[in-house]
Amino acid sequence: MTGLVLFYIAGAFALGGAVGVVGTRNIVHAALFLLVALMGVAGIYLLVFAEFLALVQVLLYGGAIIIVVLFALMLTRLQDFTGSMEHKQWPVAALAAVGLFVIIAVAIARGRGAAFVQREGPSIRQLGESLFTQWAIPFEVASVLLLVALIGAIVIARSGGGEQ
Amino acid sequence: MITLVHVQILSAALFSIGLYGVLARRNAVLILLAIELMLNAVNVNLIGIAAFTDHGKYLGQIIAIFVITVAAAEVGLALAIILRLYRNKGTTNVDQLNLMKW
Repeated sequence: MTGLVLFYIAGAFALGGAVGVVGTRNIVHAALFLLVALMGVAGIYLLVFAEFLALVQVLLYGGAIIIVVLFALMLTRLQDFTGSMEHKQWPVAALAAVGLFVIIAVAIARGRGAAFVQREGPSIRQLGESLFTQWAIPFEVASVLLLVALIGAIVIARSGGGEQ
Repeated sequence: MITLVHVQILSAALFSIGLYGVLARRNAVLILLAIELMLNAVNVNLIGIAAFTDHGKYLGQIIAIFVITVAAAEVGLALAIILRLYRNKGTTNVDQLNLMKW
């Protein structure tokens, strides 16, 4: 019962933050609302026994990604959007989003998701052993992907070398 | 008692909000933030499935780790591209970035 109450609190943070991200007019506020949403999601991870992923979520999203996004917002001009922040197609977008949610919700309600019981998650040790034995090759590929993305980001973003 | 349905509905709601953000916003950085929301919704779904079913004990969490890795790489590259676009075109408004539009 306590778990369900905590789940609703964390879910309210996640959904409230998400609505803030797509609803606010201030770009910096949107980034901070994203932080709220991501911390709510980290709470959800804790409640379903994914402690390591909750930690990664807080460190990586809260510590790294939000900071990088805020840097990007500072480097691009904020006064660019004098009129509406929304595209003129926003009613269609809202219709598509609501329609998608209804379709998925009906599919979930017709499934047998309620029959499953929650189990203890793996310990960090088990997760690490699985990651470095069974999933070693995808792990290495992910390392190379990060290296490529790092070099690519530096090459693209550095000043000079590009045509004006 | 949390059930799988709770987690799935939350994931679906997060994904739908992210979809609205991607379709309705005009600023490239805000579209990127909405994409982050959608990736997180996918992660919530994966971890929920991992916590409630027996198939492949850690599979959902392992895949979620890879999703987070790819998301980090994607954010870095996308922000670099947005910075370069801003320097060359002077805007981050996606309506005005129509160079490759047919």
